[in-house]
Amino acid sequence: MERETKAFLSGNEAVARAVRLARPHVIAAYPITPQTTVIERLAEMVEEESLKSEYLHVESEHSALSACIGASAVGARTFTATSSQGLLYMAECLHYASGGRFPIVMMNANRSVALPWNIYGDQRDSLSLLDCGWIQAYAEDAQESLDLVLQAYAIAEHSEVLTPMMINLDGFVITHTYELVNVPGQNEIDLFLPPFRTTNKMDFDCPMSLAFTAGPAYNQAFKQLQHLAMLKASRVIGEVEERFGRLVGRNYPGLIETLYCGDAEYIIVTLGSVAGTIRPVIEKLRSGGERVGLVRIRYMRPFPDAEIRRALAGAKAVGVLEKDISFGFEGTVFTNVSSALMRSQVVPPRLLNFVGGLGGKDISAADIELIFKRLKNSEPGETVEFI
Amino acid sequence: MTCPVRNRSFIPPVELGDYPVGTAFPAGHLVDTNAAWRSLRPVIDATACSNCLICWLLCPDGVIQRHDRGALQIDYDYCKGCGICARECRQKAISMENEGNYGT
Amino acid sequence: MNLSEQHREHKISIRGLSDREFFYGHKACPGCGGSLALRLALKVLGERSYAVVPAGCMSAVGFIFPQMAFSCNAIISTFPGTASMLSGIAAGARALGIEDFHAVGFAGDGGTADIGLQALSGAIDRHDKIIYICYDNEAYMNTGVQKSGLTPSGARTTTSPAGKRLRGAITRKKPMFEIVAAHGIDYAATASVGYPLDYLRKLEHARTVDGTSYIHVFAPCPVGWGYETAETIVVAKKAVDCGLWYLAEYAEGRFVLNHNPGEFASIRDYLFGQNRFRHLQDEDVSDIEIQRDAKWARIRREWSD
Repeated sequence: MERETKAFLSGNEAVARAVRLARPHVIAAYPITPQTTVIERLAEMVEEESLKSEYLHVESEHSALSACIGASAVGARTFTATSSQGLLYMAECLHYASGGRFPIVMMNANRSVALPWNIYGDQRDSLSLLDCGWIQAYAEDAQESLDLVLQAYAIAEHSEVLTPMMINLDGFVITHTYELVNVPGQNEIDLFLPPFRTTNKMDFDCPMSLAFTAGPAYNQAFKQLQHLAMLKASRVIGEVEERFGRLVGRNYPGLIETLYCGDAEYIIVTLGSVAGTIRPVIEKLRSGGERVGLVRIRYMRPFPDAEIRRALAGAKAVGVLEKDISFGFEGTVFTNVSSALMRSQVVPPRLLNFVGGLGGKDISAADIELIFKRLKNSEPGETVEFI
Repeated sequence: MTCPVRNRSFIPPVELGDYPVGTAFPAGHLVDTNAAWRSLRPVIDATACSNCLICWLLCPDGVIQRHDRGALQIDYDYCKGCGICARECRQKAISMENEGNYGT
Repeated sequence: MNLSEQHREHKISIRGLSDREFFYGHKACPGCGGSLALRLALKVLGERSYAVVPAGCMSAVGFIFPQMAFSCNAIISTFPGTASMLSGIAAGARALGIEDFHAVGFAGDGGTADIGLQALSGAIDRHDKIIYICYDNEAYMNTGVQKSGLTPSGARTTTSPAGKRLRGAITRKKPMFEIVAAHGIDYAATASVGYPLDYLRKLEHARTVDGTSYIHVFAPCPVGWGYETAETIVVAKKAVDCGLWYLAEYAEGRFVLNHNPGEFASIRDYLFGQNRFRHLQDEDVSDIEIQRDAKWARIRREWSD
């Protein structure tokens, strides 16, 4: 596939196509619904030799990420994918990968976390691991999933970033929904994504000690460097998107995407596939003269705080809609958005938190209209509302 | 080179820029010694030593050095004084002596 | 080539060993059997080694920024991740076209038989070309001598105290060598730092195996076991001589017993030379002897000399 082609692909299949284009050296795979079709397609590609990767059938998600860390520690490009319980089982390795600055790329199929058991989509898995030091992106559809995987390698492997990246796809809604997807040609991607080069590796020409211990005198500096690298990723994401647009022909708007925020009085802030439900509602309401808008958060880490302040500066009321709850407080996205707005120079808009879609509960167009209605009529002080 | 690099001139990082990127640092980089751990010092009697190399083999710290010519030597910077060498020597050529006698 | 022919081929001499030290200046306790096991292994495997050491004693003493005691490439893995990281390293190096290397892991008994067992099982199943060395000091030493799955029955640890009701550990030390062999591993061996030439020969063999190798080396810990630091080699040898440890190999579906003592040395001499067993009563020693004799009856019957 030297040139761009169009293909009817699910989100998972689009991710597998992107992974093939990125030419990873090592893929470590352990199955979990609804991630499975990614690793199935990759296994087929390796079998038919359209993808020349070492494919490791590992015995757990912990081993999947541990193997990726080992491979990255000799300078290999790696990929793995997981979901929900599997992501939680990896938790130790998530911190390990970011602390060691191994630019691993991983897809996570956003899925509910047990108990009660449930295989359908919500975002409590990845949002509960927001602090593990990974760049976290949230796709809206299969096309964006494919493009994010390709961009992820360029972002994560950037010498100023060297931080692993997790691309989140809503379980089933994106992972298993088929769309017409533009698949870039290998030539374009080879230009966009040169081979991975790093000095953060074990090397026979210059033997190294990796993943060492750093005591109280030194430890914090390593953590501070990790934080600074993540902040730099904000700039690098923009640069990578610009280059991707130039070489591949699709443009992305950075850490957030805004819709009608210039004049909107009532704005929903959300992330992931539910934005696809919100867009037509906004068009409908605007055609009736209502000044409504949307902020779709594409990256939760690094967090787009300045972008969010700018986008929400003129709003009267903002509703954060998320498939997540931090029990006993509020949604994690809401906490982050609130924190960003607190640093605003102007009086921030009223903020409401709508929690929905847990365990795959449907969020309908009618729910979105209701949210906009609530924004108009809300009183200060009201916060979490389950829809 | 039979031993790692000893970098006594290591300058601790001050600025963030002085730190390595990632947790990667040159292998075999020794900035301090283990000599202070020792209360007993193994001393080899070269006249009794048969050069069988058992002590060299069994030292957990690898501090006994063999040479093409001459007797075995002990790197007292890194010897912890465990006494395995003396215990295992078939010729009883190694004695464990009080470190205090050596004024270190 | 059968195993005994391989033994002849892999003759080892002390003099032929490398002068290079790849684990030097570390902070292991004086007389540490584990550090000796690691040092000797790297002497045999050489500079083109990627050493993987999970959280535990050997990582805690070898990688304290800026003091780096490994002079070959080395990395600390997560506690459960020794084997999975080895697999990743081997796969990554292979994919990058790096040739002539050893991916070698050094995990303790807890890191192997308890928390790391899942990953080890997977690596063996894939026949990944790695060398996994378990240095067995029979408890979680780095955290202060807690009972592991390889603590022998009767041993006192900080979590298997010797009291009026229970006299030390009540579990019986998982048969790791046989667990590993049951996978159909390419090569497995037991060893002891008390029999260093046997250990070196097994390392020499492991480096030639095109697949997974596992060496389980008995490595006494003076601090955790309670004996004088100079006695490490003596204790490690006694364990074999009294039949509480054994030297064996497995390859191509066959077990071989490398050392079959005609008569066992005194088990009491071994046990009561260590603080961790001093509380044992006559009936406990008898129980341990019965367990030993049953095991030996079986392996003498089933394994070839």
